Amino acid sequence: MRKLSTRRRHPLAGIVVLLLALGVVGGVYSAVRFQPASAETASANDVKAGRNLFLVGCASCHGKNASGIETKRGGNYGPSLIGVGAAAVDFQVGTGRMPMAQSAPQAPAKDPEYTAEETRQLAAYIASLAPGPAIPDDEYTDISGKTVEQIREGGEFFRTNCTACHNSVGAGGALPGGKYAPKLDGVSAKHIAEAMITGPQQMPVFSDDVITPEDKSNIIAYIKQVQDQPNYGGMAGGGLGPVVDGLFTWIIGIGGLVIAAVWIGAHGARVKKK
Amino acid sequence: MSDELDRVPDTEPVRDPGLPEHQYRPTDVDAAQDKRAERQISGMFAVAALLLVGFCVGYIMIDKDQTFLGWSAMNFTLGATLGGALLLMGVGIIQWAKKLMGDHEMVELRHPAGSTAEDRADTLKDLNDGINESGFGRRPMIRRTLFLSMGALALPSVILLRDMGPLPYGHKNTLWKKGMRVVNDVAGTPIKPSDLQVGQLVNAEPAIMYEKDKDGHPVIEGTELLQEKSKAAVIVVRMRPEDITPDKGRENWGVDGILCYSKICTHVGCPISLWEQQTHHLLCPCHQSTFDLADNGKVVFGPAHRPLPQLPLAVDADGYLIAVSDFTEVVGPSYPELARDQKRLDDKS
Amino acid sequence: MSTIDESTNIEDTAFGKKAAGPVEWLDDRLGLAGASKRSHLLRKVFPEHWSFMLGEIALWSFVVLLLTGTFLTFWYQPSMAETTYNGSYTPLNGLEMSHAYASTLDISFDVRGGLLIRQIHHWAAALFVAAMIVHMLRVMFTGAYRKPREINWLIGIGLMVLGLVEGFAGYSLPDDLLSGTGLRFVDGLLRSIPIVGSYLEFFLFGGEFPGDVIIPRLYMAHILLIPALLLGLIGAHMLLLVYHKHTQWGGPGRTEKNVVGYPMLPVYAAKAGGFFFVVFGFTAIMGAVLQINPIWAYGPYNPSEVTAGSQPDWYMGFVEGAVRIMPNFESTFFNYTWSWNVFLPAAILPGLFLGVGVMWPFLEQWITGDKREHHLLERPRNAPFRTAFIVAAMTAYGVLWIGGGNDIIATKFHLSLNAITWFCRIGLFVLPVITFMITKRICIGLQRADANRILHGYETGVIERSPDGGFAERHAPLPVGSQFTLTNHDRLPALEAPPETDANGVAAPHGRKAKLRAKVRAFYYDGMIDKPTVEDVHHADEHLRDHDGHPVELGDEFQGVSETGVPRVH
Repeated sequence: MRKLSTRRRHPLAGIVVLLLALGVVGGVYSAVRFQPASAETASANDVKAGRNLFLVGCASCHGKNASGIETKRGGNYGPSLIGVGAAAVDFQVGTGRMPMAQSAPQAPAKDPEYTAEETRQLAAYIASLAPGPAIPDDEYTDISGKTVEQIREGGEFFRTNCTACHNSVGAGGALPGGKYAPKLDGVSAKHIAEAMITGPQQMPVFSDDVITPEDKSNIIAYIKQVQDQPNYGGMAGGGLGPVVDGLFTWIIGIGGLVIAAVWIGAHGARVKKK
Repeated sequence: MSDELDRVPDTEPVRDPGLPEHQYRPTDVDAAQDKRAERQISGMFAVAALLLVGFCVGYIMIDKDQTFLGWSAMNFTLGATLGGALLLMGVGIIQWAKKLMGDHEMVELRHPAGSTAEDRADTLKDLNDGINESGFGRRPMIRRTLFLSMGALALPSVILLRDMGPLPYGHKNTLWKKGMRVVNDVAGTPIKPSDLQVGQLVNAEPAIMYEKDKDGHPVIEGTELLQEKSKAAVIVVRMRPEDITPDKGRENWGVDGILCYSKICTHVGCPISLWEQQTHHLLCPCHQSTFDLADNGKVVFGPAHRPLPQLPLAVDADGYLIAVSDFTEVVGPSYPELARDQKRLDDKS
Repeated sequence: MSTIDESTNIEDTAFGKKAAGPVEWLDDRLGLAGASKRSHLLRKVFPEHWSFMLGEIALWSFVVLLLTGTFLTFWYQPSMAETTYNGSYTPLNGLEMSHAYASTLDISFDVRGGLLIRQIHHWAAALFVAAMIVHMLRVMFTGAYRKPREINWLIGIGLMVLGLVEGFAGYSLPDDLLSGTGLRFVDGLLRSIPIVGSYLEFFLFGGEFPGDVIIPRLYMAHILLIPALLLGLIGAHMLLLVYHKHTQWGGPGRTEKNVVGYPMLPVYAAKAGGFFFVVFGFTAIMGAVLQINPIWAYGPYNPSEVTAGSQPDWYMGFVEGAVRIMPNFESTFFNYTWSWNVFLPAAILPGLFLGVGVMWPFLEQWITGDKREHHLLERPRNAPFRTAFIVAAMTAYGVLWIGGGNDIIATKFHLSLNAITWFCRIGLFVLPVITFMITKRICIGLQRADANRILHGYETGVIERSPDGGFAERHAPLPVGSQFTLTNHDRLPALEAPPETDANGVAAPHGRKAKLRAKVRAFYYDGMIDKPTVEDVHHADEHLRDHDGHPVELGDEFQGVSETGVPRVH
């Protein structure tokens, strides 16, 4: 994943991705879709189906063996996916970031191109190449029984590690050169956990050895709780803070009160004679 | 400078026709309109009174936790009733003035803002009488000593402020020193190099912040902890060793591509941890200074001038990351004595 | 219907009879009636125009701030000592935080109506500064600061500066992550002040940042020192307003020697008093439906934490922008570090805005040489240089605003942070020049249009066909009142170069200064269109008659034209 974004700016990337999308939608979709669904665990069939999907939809950037494609200048056209693990595939494909629709500083989240089943098969194929982070289980994502104490601690981790980029209510923030930290609103617990484990695109990795799975689930619990909180004070302006407050001050506040002043100062209707 | 206002006299092309004839309002000539306005205005006042009663009902009846449209029901109800009542009262009063109160414009004459020559002369005379009777002009010794004491009055009022704070002592060592373990912020757990993957970021602190004395109290807490945090907070990042271009003398400051930098921006001191793992750039969210962590923390964009100070790392006997020494550069925002303090640090190392 | 015969004198009413005794008692001691009569206070005349109400928004916001602020002091604890939070907002339960932050959370969640009052207080604060700016722009655009009102202009600038400091102090009090980040910036700013920076930092913060005294100290400034100064200055501002009498727009019967309008009692007491309720009600509604500064979302201040989108309140946005777009200059002289990258944008630049504001009335007086009193407002078009200058200053301010919100703009409009910063770096110098030139041209165009309306009348919409087949629109002269209004301003002065030598052939004293002034003066008046002369208007009058020499008749239905020359239709 690491050098994905540098290759994304390649002049041909847009065309390639477009072809890729056409290919997916047109040909392969039906061919793969009607294969019998397999059990939950990754079977040899899954790996095989995943490889077929990969060859059609991903290999043009990531290489036929998922070992990446180097550009003539020595950069990476699509990074090697060997060892990135099933978690990375599930995050990138499951949030629609991969395949990319066009060349951009950063792959945006969009509606996924692959079904959940196809995503699982792709993940199984990539995971079969070399060991890597697996799709996180309930240990990370089960936030149902969290105590107040655990949520508070998740909040501390969140403010220390996450808010600098993602904002204190998860509204997202800017990074250099048109890149950004996406908003966390509506992102599933599983995808948040996967992002922390794998460090997609510019996001750093937060490995389990440093931020334990329990810490991660606490962070997720805090995010979910903060986003479930009512906006006690009223319309919140997207959690963007004082800039939006300033806009409201001028447009609604000053705008409204100046209209009032115009009304007070208006001469009003007059008639000709008494 | 009194010269150039010789505008040609009597050149006004149009003569002032004087105030136009008064025009009446509908409410002045039509009794029905007048009544209607009266009813309208008193209606507003009556509804305002009702809303204020509603305010009290809301205050008593609504539970603090209740929500409405995803907002606090209490906040909305109290605000809407109070605001609505006040708005209606205001609009009613203004409407009263506009529709029903006297409508004839009045003319008031202006007078020059300054006093007349006569007033000035009289006042000057009074002033002089007063001064002469005081002998202020005739007794220079009294006058000068008075001014002296008045001036001296400034001394206690300034010196009294001396204890607002201690004198600045310039750069003091941070909590980092040889052998201090680098621990994960919040959790306080020590870190092994193997815990970190390439592309990883750890927000870290010196281990002493999480140590407790024999009574179980933290060694550092409260204000002191905040002050130390604002200097000692660090980030630990891991890159591929071949991506790093260390300056001379810094070749051994990392452990297998793991580097440690101050988290405090050298611009105005915001904590920075917006690290792009692919470009190795670190962005400050406050003023967008950007530092290249693969290149010794040098500034690549934004208002910060000094590179981010780097903390030399090593591994202790138990395999945990430790500091080799304190920072060799001054951390945090610049200050006037920085150049001197930095020189002292350079001399020491 | 309010007619004279219905009126009753207050002393004859039941209330009046009861109140007569106490009122007499008071007047025996205070002489209220005499004082009121001498100052004509009860029937003081105020001219009517919407733009004269803008300062009132600021005044009434200030009153709202006093009322709501007093309420907040009942619960707020200005202490940085640590406590463990155990209030209603569960995500922060059990967290160590300062009493200041915990008590602000309590106000927001455990005091009924506390959140509302806090939000009203914050909205009113934002509006207070905004209304001051709008009011100041009105005063500037219309030349209302001219003699004899220069001192009141300076008081206004003092109010503005105090308002900024007051707002910033209030922003810092909750001790949440945003306000602490703001204080961290203040710390950096103090440190950047050459030579004495460290002393200022240590004295203000009582040692190293953040210390434990800054919030109590700011609290004192916020609720005592600055409000007292504000109150005093507002009092002086109002007194001078009453003494000078309000400026007015020129027009028939409205001259430099009089003021035409409605009396304070009853009309302006009602309009202004009603406006207070409107402002209070409006801020209350804003507090009810618009969330501002949700401190619970930010968490307590911790020097190793920060949130994306850390911004000051809008009125500090221009400083924030300047700091963000400033290149990273820093140098070492005389063994001292000089942090230009902070000191220039955060201290010198606001000082520059302030300095220009303070100097402006005097600078303009020096350029025009105009020492007369002015009570009639000048239409912005009739002072093109001034108008263009203000627009240029507003442009620079706006560019700085963009810089201050560059991260939000970048994410919301999918732009590059670095590109916005570069746009601002260049735009700060280029855009004001462009808007200056455009504004000046617009003003001059409007002046020309005014002159045309007088000289050629206005377009009646009546199309005539001449015997040879040509079509022409009939023009009719403006009503004389409108003509007067359009010409009721100063004629352009003669622009002569200052004499090189005095009467004796000796080089004139202060020759260089005079030459500079002549140059600035020529630039100030450059391109302005003078109003028509007496002869011009005379010719125009003849020109606007029909073929038989009669004035153009437009029938009984025609109602004349408005002041701007637009026909009034009923």
